[in-house]
Amino acid sequence: MSQPEQRDEVEMLATMLLIRRFEERASQQYQAQKIGGFCHLYIGQEAVVTGAVAATRPDDYLITAYRDHAHALARGTSADACMAELFGKATGCSKGLGGSMHYFDKEHHMYGGHAIVGAHVPLATGMAFAAKYRKEDRVTLCFFGDGAINQGGFHEALNLAGLFKLPVIFICENNFFAMGTSVKRSTSLEQIVDRARGYDMPSGIIDGMSFRDVRDGLSHLIASIRKEPHPAFVEMRTYRYRGHSMSDPASYRTKEELEKFRLEDPITRLRAQLTREGKLTNEQFDKMDKKAKDAAMSSVKFAEKSPEPPLDELYGYTYAPNGEESPAAGTRATKPSEKGRGSSTREKKRTGANISPNGKQA
Amino acid sequence: MREITYRQALNEALAEEIARDPNVFLMGEEVAEYNGAYKVSQGLLDRFGPTRIIDTPISENGFAGLGIGAAMVGLRPIVEFMTFSFSLVAFDQIVNNAPNMLTMSGGQFNVPITFRGPNGPAHQLGATHSHATECLYANVPGLKICTPATPRDAKGLLKAAVRDNNPVLVLECELFYSHKGMVEDEDVDLLIPLGEAELKQEGSDVTIICYAQTVPIALAAAENLAKENINAEVIDLRSIKPLDWPAVFKSVAKTHRVVIAEQDRPWCGIGSEIAYRIQQEIFDELDAPIQRVSQEDVPMPYNEALEQAVLPSAAKIVAAVKKIC
Repeated sequence: MSQPEQRDEVEMLATMLLIRRFEERASQQYQAQKIGGFCHLYIGQEAVVTGAVAATRPDDYLITAYRDHAHALARGTSADACMAELFGKATGCSKGLGGSMHYFDKEHHMYGGHAIVGAHVPLATGMAFAAKYRKEDRVTLCFFGDGAINQGGFHEALNLAGLFKLPVIFICENNFFAMGTSVKRSTSLEQIVDRARGYDMPSGIIDGMSFRDVRDGLSHLIASIRKEPHPAFVEMRTYRYRGHSMSDPASYRTKEELEKFRLEDPITRLRAQLTREGKLTNEQFDKMDKKAKDAAMSSVKFAEKSPEPPLDELYGYTYAPNGEESPAAGTRATKPSEKGRGSSTREKKRTGANISPNGKQA
Repeated sequence: MREITYRQALNEALAEEIARDPNVFLMGEEVAEYNGAYKVSQGLLDRFGPTRIIDTPISENGFAGLGIGAAMVGLRPIVEFMTFSFSLVAFDQIVNNAPNMLTMSGGQFNVPITFRGPNGPAHQLGATHSHATECLYANVPGLKICTPATPRDAKGLLKAAVRDNNPVLVLECELFYSHKGMVEDEDVDLLIPLGEAELKQEGSDVTIICYAQTVPIALAAAENLAKENINAEVIDLRSIKPLDWPAVFKSVAKTHRVVIAEQDRPWCGIGSEIAYRIQQEIFDELDAPIQRVSQEDVPMPYNEALEQAVLPSAAKIVAAVKKIC
């Protein structure tokens, strides 16, 4: 293995640590009621998105579902912007208007953060369509959970991607539960990967608890797609340690099952591999972990002291400006501030009075 | 100026915008090889080729979402629904994805997409194929909606929609594709701004507010009323969102009586909102209760006579005017 790749692995381990420490801190802040709405944690699944990011270029398109904190962090969005978003602050990655489920970061080609299950899969085909239309060699990575594969939009999108030969990889993060419903109780197939068979695209299963397996499996596919655009489908076998959301105690699964997967922990695994190969010392790891913890802690401080989005921007993002119009131009007509009153010079009189048969004033 | 059909006007708008901007493409069911279910895209495949004029499978949710994703990364798709009744299959994409993206992303991603196609009851198509969808979509912040009733408006509004940086629904009138009207010559870049109503006919006794398929019946009603010495002012809204409130208020301040003729159903309808806004903003100007003529609040029956009974008509508008004049 060449030097740059070795360095990348240590960097990606640091990213995995940042994701985990960030989410542990987010969980704590949620329980302290500093964070509103829903909050879905990715803890346990870190190898999937970090492995995928390691296999892609920064300008490849990335889009995901609502369990999205890790996808933004892996792509380079700062922990500060991510935590501020959870706090609903103006400094958040979506200016406090999106929340946990709607992270966006244009600069880092992170296209959301989408919370209607399966509804972003057609969007991903559109992004891949645009890349092919413009003859770019970008690949679109579309992440979703095992719950998305029974939605109509998912099937329509895979058919379109297969039909148009679009450069998109559909990445199913199979953590075995769609909220509280296991794959066995939701899906007509033994193996999720078999869904792809109907849509004429290469597909495979990857151990989503292994950073290297994810990175290498996707690198292989991406090289093929860059050469000649086509879609692909990958089932990542992974596991979330926490419930579906913060309010879910996950009583639908056993302690034994959770412990089994904890033994496969993606961070522990990559650390062990790197240590065994002499690429990482315990001191280095401890230093990285402390850095991640510090970043998570300081992101809370950043979020706490950040300003709320200004109330006068309430109408500012409903419509995009056209030409020289102001950002709120499209909403102006429906804002209560625009009164017809004032054009009236008539004296006040009783409604319905003075009506003559032909409508003339009496 | 020359006389062309509503269909031809839309076809010219599509061709001009696709020729002008390489990011514009047309996608939908039967738009390419079949030349459009209503022949609106006639000849475009031959002229622009299959990368710009794209046939899709029957997957409204899928290809509407595809268009939105493409728009998020800089293309300007025109997505045709064979009828807006079928857009309901893509409701989640049109309501949840296209108009929410700009706000949810804190202003990072706008969605410059045009959804277009025939809307509103046609002739004996039954309940599933007769939806007027403007009420449903007007409720959604982030969408713009226009309803061209003439060939000129069809061309000018569609071109403006394609250039708009937001999701715009161009709700065409299925029954008007063969209607003829005067339109500027082809060398004129005809753009009609979204949100501008048109005064179709001046009058002093009552304001008839109409749009889309109610425009010709409102004009017919006005003609009949003139014979009885009632001078109706007729305003074609042309856009439902944004709506030209100043034009509405100005006319009501002149006539003091209002009949709203809408092609959609009454419940929570376009007319409800307009009536509310008039009484809220210029209550003192009203000399009579505002009247509404809309569809009846029932699923559309197939039977021709029953269908006619459901739809707004010139006779119903005349009757509504006479209640207050």
